[in-house]
Amino acid sequence: MITCSDAVKQLWEYLDATVGQGEREAMEEHLSLCRRCCGELEFAVELRRLLAASGRSDIPDDVMRRLNQALKELD
Amino acid sequence: MREQLPRLYWTARTLVGDDAEDAVQDCMVKAFERFDQLNDLAAGAAWLRSILVNCCRDRLRAKARQPGEVEFEEAERFSLYRKIAYEDPFPYSDSLHLDFLQEFGREDVHAVLRRLPELYRIPLVLVYMDGFLAKETAAILQVPLGTVLARLHRGRKLFEKQMWDYAQENGLLKEASR
Ligand SMILES: [Zn+2]
Repeated sequence: MITCSDAVKQLWEYLDATVGQGEREAMEEHLSLCRRCCGELEFAVELRRLLAASGRSDIPDDVMRRLNQALKELD
Repeated sequence: MREQLPRLYWTARTLVGDDAEDAVQDCMVKAFERFDQLNDLAAGAAWLRSILVNCCRDRLRAKARQPGEVEFEEAERFSLYRKIAYEDPFPYSDSLHLDFLQEFGREDVHAVLRRLPELYRIPLVLVYMDGFLAKETAAILQVPLGTVLARLHRGRKLFEKQMWDYAQENGLLKEASR
């Protein structure tokens, strides 16, 4: 079985689905037996959610107005 | 282009902070100049993003800072999850890891990202904030996929380390334990 430090190192790659099939199976085997790494996994999922949520936002009105104006001038 | 503006603006915000509006304007001008290079409208979002990234890079170049090897080695061994469990900043909580993340507002996340060198910050923002795949990001940045994956790996470690340092320096944890 892979070690915890190997598992943790590949956690995000596993979530990104950028690991190969062998690595994915090794990770799943490890996670099925190791509670601490499951905690790491849950935390990684939440941290990614936080990052994704930070990208979605409304643009401030005044900025939008100025950018739209600039866009019109280009057209 | 209009409907892309908020996304472009927020990407630029995490890359260049207060220069975001100027960077988006640079990007619009360049996009109009090169509109004939875009042959597939569906690829427009990635195309605009690659122009924006280049505009942001021009603005960043002067302020560039590269971390030393020591900083990398330290970050490579760093686990935010274990650090939080060990330091236990919320002694009365049974969900301290979530409590830690909840201290971070959108501006805090952007501030942490801006502490990273652009080499790592740009792929992190494109993949984890903007939702591009690693291989789309490789095309946007015009580097091999393996390079993007390696930068994401290191960047994520640096991000975790900087999150902890930021929380300490800005008193996020002290406030929470009151
Ligand atoms: Zn484990």
